[in-house]
Amino acid sequence: MNEHTSIDAAVPRHIPDRLGSPLRARLLSWEMLLLAVAVAIFVANSFASPYFLNAWSLSDLTFNFTEKALIALAMALLIISGEIDLSVASIIALCSTFMGLAAQYGVGTPGLVAIGIGTGLLCGAFNGFLVTRLGLPSIVVTIGTMSLFRGVSYIILGDGVFKGYPASFGYFGQGYVFWVISFELALFLAAAALYYFLLHRTSFGRRIFAIGNNHVAAQFSGLRVGRIKFMLFCLTGLMSGIAAVLLTSRLGSTRPAIAQGWELEVITMVVLGGVNILGGAGGILGVVLAAFIMGLMTFGLGLLNVPGIVMSIFTGTLLIVVIALPILFRRLRNRRHARLA
Amino acid sequence: MTDVATSHDAPASPTAVAPLLTLRGISKSFPGVRALDDVSLEIYPGQVTALIGENGAGKSTLVKILTGIYQPDAGEIAIDGRPVEFGSPHRAAQQGITAIHQETVLFDEISVAENIHLGHAPRTRLGLIDWGAIRGGARKVLASMGAGHIAPETRLKELSIANKHLVGVARALSIDARIVIMDEPTAALSYKEIGELFTLIEMLKADGKGILFISHKFDEIYRISDRYAVFRDGQKVGAGMLPETPQAEIVKMMVGRSVDQIFPKHVAAPGETVLKVEDLSHPTEFDGIDFELRRGEILGFYGLVGAGRSEVMQALFGLTRPSRGSIVLDGQAITPQSPADAVNAGIVYVPEERGKQGVVIGLPIFENVSLPSLKRTSLHGVLRLKEEFDLARAYTERLDLRASSLSQDVGTLSGGNQQKVVIAKWLATGPKVIILDEPTKGIDIGSKAAVHQFMGELVAQGLAVIMVSSELPEVMGMSDRIVVMREGRMVTTLENKDLSAEALVSAAAGIRGEDA
Amino acid sequence: MKALLKQREFWLLAVIVGAVWLVSLRSPSFIQLPSLANIFNDTSILIMLALGQMVVILTRSIDLSMAANLALSGMVVALLNVALPGLPIPVLVLVAALFGTLLGSINGVLVWKLNIPPIVVTLGTLTIYRGLIFVIAGGSWVNAHQMTDAFKALPRADLGGITVLSWFAIVAVGLFYVLMTRTSLGRSFYATGINPTAATYVGIDVGRTRFIAFCVSGLVSGVAGYLWIARYAVAYVDVAGGFELTIIAACVIGGVSIAGGIGTVAGAVLGALFLGVVNNALPVVNISPFWQMAISGLAILLAVIFNARIERKRGRIILKQAEHAA
Repeated sequence: MNEHTSIDAAVPRHIPDRLGSPLRARLLSWEMLLLAVAVAIFVANSFASPYFLNAWSLSDLTFNFTEKALIALAMALLIISGEIDLSVASIIALCSTFMGLAAQYGVGTPGLVAIGIGTGLLCGAFNGFLVTRLGLPSIVVTIGTMSLFRGVSYIILGDGVFKGYPASFGYFGQGYVFWVISFELALFLAAAALYYFLLHRTSFGRRIFAIGNNHVAAQFSGLRVGRIKFMLFCLTGLMSGIAAVLLTSRLGSTRPAIAQGWELEVITMVVLGGVNILGGAGGILGVVLAAFIMGLMTFGLGLLNVPGIVMSIFTGTLLIVVIALPILFRRLRNRRHARLA
Repeated sequence: MTDVATSHDAPASPTAVAPLLTLRGISKSFPGVRALDDVSLEIYPGQVTALIGENGAGKSTLVKILTGIYQPDAGEIAIDGRPVEFGSPHRAAQQGITAIHQETVLFDEISVAENIHLGHAPRTRLGLIDWGAIRGGARKVLASMGAGHIAPETRLKELSIANKHLVGVARALSIDARIVIMDEPTAALSYKEIGELFTLIEMLKADGKGILFISHKFDEIYRISDRYAVFRDGQKVGAGMLPETPQAEIVKMMVGRSVDQIFPKHVAAPGETVLKVEDLSHPTEFDGIDFELRRGEILGFYGLVGAGRSEVMQALFGLTRPSRGSIVLDGQAITPQSPADAVNAGIVYVPEERGKQGVVIGLPIFENVSLPSLKRTSLHGVLRLKEEFDLARAYTERLDLRASSLSQDVGTLSGGNQQKVVIAKWLATGPKVIILDEPTKGIDIGSKAAVHQFMGELVAQGLAVIMVSSELPEVMGMSDRIVVMREGRMVTTLENKDLSAEALVSAAAGIRGEDA
Repeated sequence: MKALLKQREFWLLAVIVGAVWLVSLRSPSFIQLPSLANIFNDTSILIMLALGQMVVILTRSIDLSMAANLALSGMVVALLNVALPGLPIPVLVLVAALFGTLLGSINGVLVWKLNIPPIVVTLGTLTIYRGLIFVIAGGSWVNAHQMTDAFKALPRADLGGITVLSWFAIVAVGLFYVLMTRTSLGRSFYATGINPTAATYVGIDVGRTRFIAFCVSGLVSGVAGYLWIARYAVAYVDVAGGFELTIIAACVIGGVSIAGGIGTVAGAVLGALFLGVVNNALPVVNISPFWQMAISGLAILLAVIFNARIERKRGRIILKQAEHAA
């Protein structure tokens, strides 16, 4: 019902591609808001501490988010498609444990990296299988595998610790590609560019948005929804494996409690980056900006000797406020419209 | 309103009765649409008022206003002459209004008894819910309706649609509603079940309840109703007492023109067989479906809602797995495991639930159109926007889509234009068989004509079309042959030549020729 | 038909009894009353929390902030106890309950009035509440010697052979049973989750019902906060860290559907007890307690697969014989 188009001209009308320039929309976008916040925190930090504006401290600050942000890139795609993976931190633990185990048997650096990434991929495939093949809700499945994966680490390690990684393995988490540009940062920037391209410039990315907006209509349009979601779970597992390599390399040791609680930080990063938790909308640029914001905040508060746990108050508030504000604005605008009408 | 006595045994003379519910000057607009325009309506106690109109005439909006879901922009509602306001569905329920919907809105996971009593459960002295009284009450009300076969303890989801409807009626009886709105209550019911429902309606009438009865079926309207009101394009175009008003007059009010003009006659010149379906069956939905579809032909599927027509189509489209039978497309047996398989084979499906299954709301028009054709518009997986826009423009302009730009969110389009986007999406894939499931349900007359016009062009170009429709004029106006289904089985296949509407309806409803 | 409805809880009970019996083959004392009472005592807090979480999940929401709420409410009463040692313990329990309800109502308001997805709201409040613990305690711990003896004694006190802590759980089970099966509020939690649109039609305010559900889970978290801190006699930032997921695990194992509308008090209690039995049984059969996490993960997966099989949606059932067969 409620449609009453008039039957006027019989001649087909020309329909333009777009109306107006997208510039205005872009200026008012979520990403611009995030950029403004990032700049504000950056400026505040540089006033707060004389040590901040230094190439090396700026380089240092990237270490506290690159590993999580790598996972956030894949998680963004997964959440846009309407699913979620809470097991990413546990995947890191399992990958790291298997790498540690292999290192005990003298496996070299290339082998360790392959084991780490391969384990991540398999864990992701396991999640993907349970969700897409058995049709189970991803939030419950990944709460289950979250316990299972880390649980296996506990079985293998108990309260022990794996050390003794080969010296060359340390490069991934501690090495620098060029001057102050760490391997981690370089990898993250490259991955971000790749994910940007994948999500916004390929037919695969287009299908992800279609599925996230309406997976039934997407299926009815001939998309292989299950297969695409399966691939996204694999991708998230793969990125967790890569993060595990970096983190293990940086720490030089493996304990089963490694990366505890990261899943929530990764998801916060994604949601803060403007990805709709219900699926269907979001972008990589926002996620990258959100990663920098969280890194800057952690680092800045660290410079002020504010403990990390207090910083979580800011993160949590930011998360809620950032979601609530557009809703409040929209409501206010609608109310004004209603009054004018 | 009228001074003609009726043959119905309504309490006293209708003229002597004051209306139970009065609507005066009700208007309701949505962005770009005036759904209801200065509408008035009366509902009388102990009488059935039929609300008649085409889809999109404003009936659903009126029902939503009466049940408190929408608030009218203007006008007033009075019960027993006293003005009332329905700020919420709860308020409407408190004023004694209840609705029984097409797709029953009840609770699948809880028992029949609780469904009947939810929101007004009997309490024990301690103020706790009295389950014994709930079960007893449910048993009593179900028995009084002759529906004693439904056990109060059964979970609702175990019941068939017809039985769910009965639970809905039981609920209306048990909350002692004064006004019962029945929104196409017979749509999914068999002939026998309809008879049972009408006995119930007589019960409600004898009880002095005012009933608003919405149906597309004239035989039912004449059988049960005392009064009628006809809506068209958001306005009330006529009202009066029923048996006295001839059907032709009401039809004229409904459409504002004679029915024949709507359907562009296409000349059927069917070619060779494109699709051959044999003994297609499903464990719970349909059984033994056989038909052939030829090039340049429109094959109509007629039946009551819930006859299993959509289910057959969804099996052809790879959404469900048939348990046996074969599908042969262009001489080749296919077993589509997913819509993707079906599309690749050349079978496409325009679903009934346009908003949920047809278009991806939130995405722009051009992305909707290119969605199944991305392989073609992209290069090695990289999007080429120009190709997408060209593709989208080529097909949407052919369908005379009304949109301000191709980047507009498809959700901002009217239903008719959304349907054009869905059809454009499929034509762009170059299909062999196109299945249209209730293609004009809920769209305005203008778009309807465009869709019908276009179907004619499609078959003229050699495409094979299956059209599932519950609208008799549409089926009879468009189809070359008509498959009639009832309760999951094929009743008959009829050539659409000198076919009488009565014969078709009787076949669908399962009435033998002589009792019709 | 009735048997079918009970099936899920019945099977879970059978699994738990079977597990206890198997363990008792190795260690006969496991099946004796003191040992079983001990398992129940250990699981009491989880049982209460799982019941609160169940109410939230039934309304198609989720509360990730329960453990943080527990820790913050616990810290508040611990600090209160240190500052005002004379305050009677029942008053402290009441304060914990009210404070927990307040924290829960914050979640509820954000979900109800701003329509923010519950998972986002409680993810946010989870981190905020944890951070607040650090702030109000100035980053330090409250240790056993700072708490009054009465504060620590209550959960351990013996009442008719079992601890007061166990009594809290038993009373909670009773109250929740009455709430969920015998009050219209309880039934409206179900209705909201099964079909929010239809719930509106029968006069249920869906948003308000969700708000109340969050208040209930907050209330339970607050009371559990006192019990936890008093039982373990220490309060710090990371109390019950990660426990929010254990609570959800108990619900899922107990057959509470994450999609809302399905779940029973018996199921949630059995789900929690299952995890409790596993915890207590492992050391008895000489399996390292480090197996516990993996086992509960596996249990969640098996439970969700099992539940999905039961709840599998069927079509319209058009063919007549199919309806009778169903």
